[in-house]
Amino acid sequence: MILAILKRLLMLVPVLIGITVISFLLLQIMPGDPASRAMGTRASAEELQAMRELWGLDKPIWVQYLYFLRDCLTGSFGVSIFHKKPIIDLVAERLPFTLAIVGYSTVIALVIALPFAILAAANRGRMLDNLIRQIFVVVIAMPPFWLCYVLIIWLALRMGWFSTGGIGDGFVANLGRLFLPSLVVGLSTAALVQQSLRAALIDTMKADYIDTARAKGLRGHEVFLRHVLPNSLISTISIIGVRVSWIIGGTVVVEKIFSVPGLGSLLIDAIVSRDLPVIRGLTVFFAIMVVIVNLITDICYALADPRVRLE
Amino acid sequence: MSLLSIRDLVTEFESPSGTARAVDGVSFDVAPGEIFGIVGESGCGKSATCRSILRLFGGAPARIAGGRILLDGAGDLAAMRERELAQVRGRDVAFIFQDPLTALNPTMRIGRQIGEVIRRHRDVTRAEARDAALQLLRDVHVTSPERRLDAYPHELSGGLRQRVVIAMALALRPRLIIADEPTTALDVTVQDQILRLLKERCDSLGTSIILITHDLGVVSQICDRMAVMYAGRVVETGAVREVLDAPSHPYTRALLAALPGQVGRDSELVPIGGAPPSLIDPPPGCRFAPRCVFAQPQCRIGAPPALRARAGAGEGHLDACILNEVCHAAA
Ligand SMILES: Nc1ncnc2c1ncn2[C@@H]1O[C@H](COP(=O)(O)OP(=O)(O)OP(=O)(O)O)[C@@H](O)[C@H]1O
Ligand SMILES: [Mg+2]
Repeated sequence: MILAILKRLLMLVPVLIGITVISFLLLQIMPGDPASRAMGTRASAEELQAMRELWGLDKPIWVQYLYFLRDCLTGSFGVSIFHKKPIIDLVAERLPFTLAIVGYSTVIALVIALPFAILAAANRGRMLDNLIRQIFVVVIAMPPFWLCYVLIIWLALRMGWFSTGGIGDGFVANLGRLFLPSLVVGLSTAALVQQSLRAALIDTMKADYIDTARAKGLRGHEVFLRHVLPNSLISTISIIGVRVSWIIGGTVVVEKIFSVPGLGSLLIDAIVSRDLPVIRGLTVFFAIMVVIVNLITDICYALADPRVRLE
Repeated sequence: MSLLSIRDLVTEFESPSGTARAVDGVSFDVAPGEIFGIVGESGCGKSATCRSILRLFGGAPARIAGGRILLDGAGDLAAMRERELAQVRGRDVAFIFQDPLTALNPTMRIGRQIGEVIRRHRDVTRAEARDAALQLLRDVHVTSPERRLDAYPHELSGGLRQRVVIAMALALRPRLIIADEPTTALDVTVQDQILRLLKERCDSLGTSIILITHDLGVVSQICDRMAVMYAGRVVETGAVREVLDAPSHPYTRALLAALPGQVGRDSELVPIGGAPPSLIDPPPGCRFAPRCVFAQPQCRIGAPPALRARAGAGEGHLDACILNEVCHAAA
């Protein structure tokens, strides 16, 4: 197992080199001069030139790439032009909030999806099943920014149950603060999980070993909890894995609206301020995260299903 | 005294094209300790009949629409509520499914799967159930049983898996085991072993077996009595020697003739022409009539003929053909 994990990590090296090349080249095409952005419009030509030299922007492209590669290997991922800090420090400040939303939204998603998937599967083809399906289709179709504002207006402003945004001090405070953004993210996850879990449940209920379990005299809830549910949940592992890697970089809108200082808003700020090193560094960091989440997903799979072995 | 008496059982499947009567008025008895074989073409309702007994339809839209399933000492299984039936399942009547790979939960260890049925019906601890499971594995001659307790199904060969399934079925020494083609999915080389094991264990425990099979050779070897089914109905039943040596229903004869002579018959191999009728809208009269070489106009009208004893037939040998021997001989 551990050997297999190490092997998988080793296989990442070429992938990551490829990612650094691509992210480096893509950002060369981006319009706008990072130096003038950083210095503001009143900077003189000499000051701008000094800036470019300082950041290495005057060097040939391949030299710039090697600098970038060095920064990735040393773990700093480069230095932000705007913040004047190593990018890894910026990431470290913001990663906890992003991970909090990842974890929180996944828990919310499971709490919502589980009962509805079970209800829908138990009533498949009937009115209730269709109704649940329609509701989740609507949920998926709702644009996140709109949903954010609806929730803010309703639950935060009108009812006063939650704050409109920002982050709190300590775990408990953030549990309340991060609820609405996590709910918005979690609802989409819930819709995905509900759909796939419903299908998996229906499939599993037809399996021969469910008949075997019932032939033993097990009662309905025993058959469901011991045989149907565990085997069905296995298939949702991959759905959740895909969602988690997406959420890590993809919650820009939600983070912005709720003023959560996560990785998504770091990226959008960097794009707005032409903070090239941050954009580049984050791209590589996201790629690493996706790969790690994939690996964790596969490990979970191998742990949950004895037939699956980590390759 | 019968252990199981099925009377006029009707089981229907809902399908988009209509309601299929997969079982349409089936009656038979199984005596204690007896091995009762059911044979017939694919789709004739063998599985549906047996699944009706424990009401295990694998999530298919099936229901018992009529008839009684009387189990000695337990009452009418067809009329029982699900909760009561759950008490009978595994304890009085056990089921062995066709494919041992899919019949075992892939994510649960063997020992726990066997222990589960014991713990459901007896008040024993986890450790006691595990010990019992170990003994059961020994009883079905599983090699290194201690190791197998912690194995997952996919780590076992098909034959071993079916031994595990048999161990599970025998766990509470039920009075009846229903085995739906228990060896069809297995390697030819182990089919015989598994059948002999099943017979040996059931003989020593006094357990009756209902054995569904396509293999008339198997029936002739290990069954005491048998039923031949066609299109949802029993067309002939009786002692195996009677039915196989002196078949009286044209369908049984056709079935035997279509067999490469392993049952010791000297007739030529003659496939049965045509296909079985629709179970959604079956033809009137005898359902085999459209394919029967002896069929007369009166075969094609009225209700399907009932089982009856033929003059000179052995005790309990019944068939559902309205024609007499003269007609059969004439053709
Ligand atoms: N899941 C199902 N959905 C709808 N109809 C079904 C289903 N299963 C069985 N049937 C109907 O019941 C009839 C009898 O099926 P059954 O499985 O009992 O046949 P069988 O005699 O066991 O055949 P085989 O030898 O192939 O196992 C079929 O012809 C079909 O019309
Ligand atoms: Mg069958």
